[in-house]
Amino acid sequence: MARLFAHARIIIGALALLFVVAAAAPAMAQQPTSVNPTAAAVNEDQLLRQLNQISGRCTLPDQKACTIEQPGGRDWRDFHQVTLPWIAAIAILGMLALLVVFYLIRGMVKIENGRSGRVIVRFNSLERFVHWVTATCFIILAISGLNITFGKTLLLPLMGPEAFTVWSQWGKYAHNYLSFPFTIGVVMISLIWIAGNVPNRIDVEWLKRGGGIVGNDHPPAERFNAGQKLIYWIVVIGGTAVAVTGYLLMFPFYGTDIAGMQLAQVIHGIVSGLFVAAMLGHIYIGTIGMEGAFEAMGEGTVDENWARQHHALWLEEEKAKGHAPSGAAPRATPAE
Amino acid sequence: MARMKFLCDADRCIECNACVTACKNEHEVPWGLNRRRVVTINDGQPGERSISMACMHCTDAPCAAVCPVNCFYTTADAVVLHSKDLCIGCGYCFYACPFGAPQYPKVGNFGSRGKMDKCTYCAGGPEADNSPAEYAKYGANRLAEGKLPLCAEMCSTKSLLAGDGEIIAQIYKERVVKRGYGSGAWGWKTAYKETIAS
Repeated sequence: MARLFAHARIIIGALALLFVVAAAAPAMAQQPTSVNPTAAAVNEDQLLRQLNQISGRCTLPDQKACTIEQPGGRDWRDFHQVTLPWIAAIAILGMLALLVVFYLIRGMVKIENGRSGRVIVRFNSLERFVHWVTATCFIILAISGLNITFGKTLLLPLMGPEAFTVWSQWGKYAHNYLSFPFTIGVVMISLIWIAGNVPNRIDVEWLKRGGGIVGNDHPPAERFNAGQKLIYWIVVIGGTAVAVTGYLLMFPFYGTDIAGMQLAQVIHGIVSGLFVAAMLGHIYIGTIGMEGAFEAMGEGTVDENWARQHHALWLEEEKAKGHAPSGAAPRATPAE
Repeated sequence: MARMKFLCDADRCIECNACVTACKNEHEVPWGLNRRRVVTINDGQPGERSISMACMHCTDAPCAAVCPVNCFYTTADAVVLHSKDLCIGCGYCFYACPFGAPQYPKVGNFGSRGKMDKCTYCAGGPEADNSPAEYAKYGANRLAEGKLPLCAEMCSTKSLLAGDGEIIAQIYKERVVKRGYGSGAWGWKTAYKETIAS
């Protein structure tokens, strides 16, 4: 009897549930047949307008992967493909053209009174070592860097893809590793030569009189004239700029994001191009542009007459210190 | 030939990450690299959307334009591929890419960039189709076997579509008409300079 009652209870319960569901059905049908879940949805155009990038949450350990769109790279592409090659090419070829024209007009600046045969120490061995370490690194960095910007236009068609990749791969290694001695060199240069490179009144006078570059005037100068001071500050400021931006690119995402790296490359590219152009001028005046100039950094000594012509105040200063010019230069071997 | 594209229907993506896993497994992509990833925007808020993103195989691809060694090439199917033999790992394609697709294994000294890796649209590389050399460098070449990219093929909600651009755009348009809404083809304006009118 009890079992029969239990069965009846289940059947009644089921009927009651059915009635409730049937009664509810028309109410559900009255709700809107479709909802628009995109009404509040995130919108691509809107997100890009706000931040110019779209990021979210992702489950990867590499959280940089959580940014899915950043069209800012298109601006960087324009810079790298159009603006930078123009800036670098105009600066470097323009400087070369200027130097050729200048050499044809002016020729080598001679030591006016000929060599005296007496020499005075201009750069000691530490100074020359630092100069040449930095200079060697700079030349290799410049060639491997220019290869990244101009190589595929100028060298790739000549070398073929495989050889060009081998060359560029070694260029990349050289560029990355030689950046360290170069940076140390720039720091050393800034320290050992800061004393003689603070601009002063003599530089104003020197510049007013054309510095001996324009005309045949030889305004007096201390150890470094205004032109040399300019080179010093180009090396210190330009070298710091390329080093800082270069390391940001070499160690991606340390202290910067993708937009920061694009900006770093822009600065690195422009400063490097102008730096190379400036150093071409420096190399010119230190070699074929002026008689007696190279030996200052080559052997470390200069002829007394050269010193009097170009750095009269420095020569007086050295003499006052008791560093009088002495002996014959090692190169001045007696005639047979 | 077809113009191959990816299309992620954000209104269907359920962030299951099957596409990510399928890609990793199919190509044996090394630890730390992901050719495809799923990102959820406004996670946990009303209107959140998940999008699966990889290399979009752009028209006039920025990576190819900025590459200093010209290691990129575009196939007849408009798939953007690259040669790991020519790549020098400079990182420029990564600066240019709007989708963060190129990645570099940290195999160089002090963890510097190795040769770039990215989505190949399951189309391998310059080596002979489905050769062991091609597989080792780029993974499987499904396109050469007449198959579409595995990420899209195994997408459980068919959110991620791969195939000829016009065909997948048509599929997407029909969906939008049928259900009455669509948040658009993410990345198409940036990658292909076009949108799908919805």
